[in-house]
Amino acid sequence: MNYFQLFQLPAQFDVDLTELGTRYLALQKQFHPDNFASASERDRLLAVQQAANINDGYHSLKQPLLRAEHLLALRGVKISAEQRSFTDTAFLIQQMELRELLGEIPHAADPDALIDDAERQIRVQKKQLLASLSAALGSNTHEHDLAAADIIRKLKFFFKLEQELEFIAQQTQD
Amino acid sequence: MSYSEKVIDHYENPRNVGVLDTKAANVGTGMVGAPACGDVMRLQIQVNEQGIIEDAKFKTYGCGSAIASSSLVTEWVKGKSLDEAAQIKNTDIAQELALPPVKIHCSILAEDAIKAAIADYKQRHGG
Repeated sequence: MNYFQLFQLPAQFDVDLTELGTRYLALQKQFHPDNFASASERDRLLAVQQAANINDGYHSLKQPLLRAEHLLALRGVKISAEQRSFTDTAFLIQQMELRELLGEIPHAADPDALIDDAERQIRVQKKQLLASLSAALGSNTHEHDLAAADIIRKLKFFFKLEQELEFIAQQTQD
Repeated sequence: MSYSEKVIDHYENPRNVGVLDTKAANVGTGMVGAPACGDVMRLQIQVNEQGIIEDAKFKTYGCGSAIASSSLVTEWVKGKSLDEAAQIKNTDIAQELALPPVKIHCSILAEDAIKAAIADYKQRHGG
């Protein structure tokens, strides 16, 4: 299923989220079960299926990482279910250092300063990676698509770090 | 999902947590990660002149199964030759720890980590 087609949006990474929201509401309305109350069994089932597609599609296109994965899958690069280990040593060393920084927060004399530091580092790097992702996907060549896949993998580590930081920050404030 | 007793044991009493001198000539370091869950694993081996792994350390940021898998591998490789250590299969780890199917990737990560550590050691010694 091509979600860009479903929402009549150009198949590209940069999506107009307002436009997406408007089309989502219109499609939801169009395929609402109430409109198929007197339809045939087959048409009712198709409408239910289409409503599910609309919800899945909206979810996938709304979030940048899922949108990028969907775009890559349409171009033949599937990474959503992969189990291969990531082995970029320099990147992983940096991740480990950030994890260590997060680990120090609960014992620090000034936890808020460390939380701010970690937040800033994660925000800066995420922003850079998202910009490179947009550029790589915009090139639309297989080589750049493979590079984009690698950027998505890196971004996943940062989204995980963000969750961890949020959890630690909450616990520290309690 | 519940963890097996062996996973809980390794998680609560992880063996060989720590760091070896990354720059030492007789140390090999393997760094691997799993993007899907954000796990990061560092596994290190210290090899003696007879080519036997005499010490191993790990540090893993991840779920209980990932910590247990790497902890178990550091126990297993001590006293083994590099070739013997390279034979460790993720299925052995998964079986020993009774990992459920959704956690198999944790054992794959540990297998890849020991392979990466061996490769790093060999590279430092001119292949």
